[in-house]
Amino acid sequence: MIETLRQTAVEAKARLAEAGDLDALAELDVEFLGKKSAVTLAKRQLGSLDPDERRTAGQAVNEIRAEIETAVESARDRLAQAARDLQLASERLDLTEFRNQARRGSLHLVTQSRDRLEDVFVGMGFTVAEGPEVESAWYNFEALNIPEWHPARGSFDTIFVDLGEPEEVMLRSHTSPVQIRTMENQKPPIYIVAPGRTFRTDTADATHLPAFNQIEGLVVDRGITMGDLAGTIDEFVHTFFGGGVESRLRPSYFPFTEPSAEFDISRADGSWLELGGCGMVHPNVLRNCGIDPDEWQGFAFGFGIDRLAVMRHELDDIRELVNNDVRFLRQF
Amino acid sequence: MKVALSWLREFAPDIDGDPVELSEALSALGLTVEDMTLIGDIVDGVVLAKVLDLRPHPSADKIQLVDVDAGDGQARQVCCGAFNMAVGDLIPFATPGTVMPDGLKIQQRKMRGEVSAGMCCSGAELGLNDDHEGILVLNDRVVPGAELGMDVAAAIGAEPDVLWDLEVNANRPDAMSVAGVARDLAAALGVDFSFGDYRVADSSAADEDVNELLNVEILDPTLCGRFVATVLRGVTVGTSPQWMADRLRLAGMRPLNSIVDISNYVMLELGQPNHTFDLATIPNGRLRVRRAVPGEKLTTLDGLERELTANDGVITNESDEIVSLAGVMGGATTEISEHTTDVLLEMAWWDPPTISRTVKRLNLVSEASSRFRRGVDWGENVDRSMRRFIQLAAELGITAVRGFVDVAGDTPDRASLAVRSAKINGLLGTELSAAEMAGYLSSIGFGADVVVADGGAEDLAVTIPTWRWDTETETDVAEEVARLHGYENIVRTVPRGELPGGLTDYQARRRLVRQVLVGCGCDETFPMPFLAPGDLLKAGLVDNGVPLSNPLVAEQSVLRTSLLPGQLKAIAYNQSHRNADVRFFEIGHVYLPPPTDQLLPDEREHLAVALAGEEAPQAVAVLDLLERDLGLPNVVLRSASPPGLHATRSAEVIVAGSARGVVGEVDPVVLENYGVAGPVAWLELNLGELLSGPRRRRKYSPVSKYPSSDIDLAFEVPDEVTAAAVESSLRKAAQALLTEIKLFDVYRGEGLPADTRSLAYRLRFQAHDRTLTDVEVADVRQACIDVVTSRPGVSLRA
Repeated sequence: MIETLRQTAVEAKARLAEAGDLDALAELDVEFLGKKSAVTLAKRQLGSLDPDERRTAGQAVNEIRAEIETAVESARDRLAQAARDLQLASERLDLTEFRNQARRGSLHLVTQSRDRLEDVFVGMGFTVAEGPEVESAWYNFEALNIPEWHPARGSFDTIFVDLGEPEEVMLRSHTSPVQIRTMENQKPPIYIVAPGRTFRTDTADATHLPAFNQIEGLVVDRGITMGDLAGTIDEFVHTFFGGGVESRLRPSYFPFTEPSAEFDISRADGSWLELGGCGMVHPNVLRNCGIDPDEWQGFAFGFGIDRLAVMRHELDDIRELVNNDVRFLRQF
Repeated sequence: MKVALSWLREFAPDIDGDPVELSEALSALGLTVEDMTLIGDIVDGVVLAKVLDLRPHPSADKIQLVDVDAGDGQARQVCCGAFNMAVGDLIPFATPGTVMPDGLKIQQRKMRGEVSAGMCCSGAELGLNDDHEGILVLNDRVVPGAELGMDVAAAIGAEPDVLWDLEVNANRPDAMSVAGVARDLAAALGVDFSFGDYRVADSSAADEDVNELLNVEILDPTLCGRFVATVLRGVTVGTSPQWMADRLRLAGMRPLNSIVDISNYVMLELGQPNHTFDLATIPNGRLRVRRAVPGEKLTTLDGLERELTANDGVITNESDEIVSLAGVMGGATTEISEHTTDVLLEMAWWDPPTISRTVKRLNLVSEASSRFRRGVDWGENVDRSMRRFIQLAAELGITAVRGFVDVAGDTPDRASLAVRSAKINGLLGTELSAAEMAGYLSSIGFGADVVVADGGAEDLAVTIPTWRWDTETETDVAEEVARLHGYENIVRTVPRGELPGGLTDYQARRRLVRQVLVGCGCDETFPMPFLAPGDLLKAGLVDNGVPLSNPLVAEQSVLRTSLLPGQLKAIAYNQSHRNADVRFFEIGHVYLPPPTDQLLPDEREHLAVALAGEEAPQAVAVLDLLERDLGLPNVVLRSASPPGLHATRSAEVIVAGSARGVVGEVDPVVLENYGVAGPVAWLELNLGELLSGPRRRRKYSPVSKYPSSDIDLAFEVPDEVTAAAVESSLRKAAQALLTEIKLFDVYRGEGLPADTRSLAYRLRFQAHDRTLTDVEVADVRQACIDVVTSRPGVSLRA
């Protein structure tokens, strides 16, 4: 009997190994392990054997049954794996078909530059101040020590607005009015940067726009020196442009600062690039804002934001900044 | 301001060095070098030659054949495109093999069949001047002993020179002259500086006393600080000597005639503008200086009649007729001419603000007025300039009478100024001694004495020179110290404020707005804020944009009151470039007309979102995202027809009870006006008010541990009842048990009455303390149905 059973087990294993699907497996399971299977019948017949024989035979039957059970499980695993393989194969995707489907918008290049400048100055202890774009002659000129007759007024190429007396209201020609508004409303110490839109009667061409963007800094505190100005600009230049870029100050003239300077940054070829203007806040400007120039001293500096974006991204036409062509906007 | 090294050396002979280093020194003084040109550096191979013969080219009209003798006695034929020379002229001739300054190598070749064995050169080709027109004829320029074949440089005694074009700032009237630049540069280099003497030997005319010929009165001393004049006799108007003409050309001025040229030469050299009258046109030599009476007129040298104002300074004759617009332009009637024999020479000091106002009003910028408006020297330099003029005129046989008329008005106070050395060091961050400061100041002609103050500190008594009108205060003096000390020698330090840096809440939230919109796939745009007249009307808006006074172009002549026109233009632009469905946003200022009693416009920061090719619901979806991320409290859409928007697809956005903007779709008529293919979903918010307003507090709400139950309810709702109203009824009925509500289907059409739609809601109920029983859910469901259907016309859909 046992010998027959062993043969059955061999047959079962062979047929299980060839079972093609779970249905066939179920049938084989019934055939070899079900109630009518040889193994079950053999177990039932054990009772008719004498104790010694029963023990030996029982052990053998159990072993054979376990052997078949193992074969069934392994066949089941094999088929499940095949089914999973089939499923996965049917779900195959070429992920490269799905690149660039979701589209996030883009921040404007000027915003990106402005944010970065703000972040650098915030890190240096500055807050960010803003003001109106349409200004009075007081804020745009007079409080800044540029009286009505001053030749410097002409150099601003101001766009005037048809309000009030002639040349009394204008689109601000620099962000400096924010300095005045800040000093009028806030007692020193003052550490601000004022980014924003500025306007001049420049015909739009590859390097000019009538509406452009500047950022200006103002520090008013006790004992502020021109050394502080040079050091602050140097720290900014290193942080913003990288450690290898140097800065220098050259004497210049602005009615609202004294001494005044232009500041340059070094280029890779050793030449210098003029970036902006700066200087020690003119005592008249402090007085105009009710600040005693013998108690407080300050410095101010300013430069163009657009130009930094133009330099960084090698734009050859600054008008792209206001054309709003998506083919441009989406590059950044 | 253009200055040549050779001219600077007439005042400071020891100025020397590498041109690039000298440029650096000038820039470090604040005399920024905009351009530097090396001149007179004639290339090897260009020799002195003589024109032997001129004849037409047999087969070309625009060139002729020239035979030249380049020193070997042979006639060399060259083809030449210039026709300004004559047989016998001496010219510069580039022999074959010469490499010209522009890199061109001269070779013997044939032009239209004729041999050309070299090149006749223009001044520009040699880098000697900017004359490209003709060949440089050297007849009067060769030095004694020059021979044909000699290097041209040697033949004309040309010395290499450097020409700088300097940017001179408004506070440096002194640097508007060669002498002033030389004074600064000499100080920086530590070399001597001095003026020439400019005296002339007495002449026959010196027997006459100027006071018998001229009588000048200053009627308004605030206008004219000083008026110096004399008379020149024996004037003939001819051409200037070559050296003077060359220098004027280098300085960028065209030589005209001997008197004008001397006038310009003195102005360039010493900074003193001057004016010449034909003495014969000034009866009795009497001049008066006053301000104009409004409405008075003068025909100026340029032939234009100018109407004058009470600001303008004028010079009148004895009949009180205006003969000159002081410091700005002379009058036509007293101009010198070829018949002039006697000249009244005037040098004055005019009040800079006065000149500035006149120049600006009449838009009459000239070399003279641009000096007067910065403030010329009212001191010894006037006398010096008079002497220099007379000296140069004497070389032409013109003689001056004895003495000057010299009348004074008001000039700036130049009393000694007390300067605290501690204040200067405190401003600059330096540790200079008073003596060092005095050294810097005296090197540029300031009077500077060290004085010991009460506390023993060494301070300065400073006398500011008369050539520095703009320099008045201790701070101005500090700048001079800094300039001469060198900005690069100031030790750099970094100040640290007591307060931390940071963005304001508003600025941080504005950045968040940008991020939300970028997350929505919107590209940020940045149109300029100018509109064309009519743009607002075209956009369906009130035509109340504030106009500009001096717009560049009509298309940019009005300030925007809304972001709508700019966005529509941007969409139209992109659609015309085959990019139809753009999603744009913009944050920018709009400018509403000033409220009563205010000067400046009501300026606001707006946010606009424009979704081309999309309908109103998409704009609402963007608003919802902003509401969530910004924590906007109680956002309500109030039905409205805002101007420019689609009358039945738009609403006002109400935040915490206040109108903050509009949402919906742009009016199809407006889209048509702007050539935009619609639809365009639109959202415009007053960002300033929105971000400054109240914010929803995000307080923790516990998450229930008990199961929830969902029910679906669909209602037939007439169009006049909003979904917001239905939702509000549902919330009211379900009260605290309602945890989620979603409008999952809106249906119009078959099976429903006209003007009615079906709104289907999924409601989720849940309690915090128990599992809701079926009975409870049924009760709340019924309550919802009862409340909603109590609205007129609303019924439950079966």
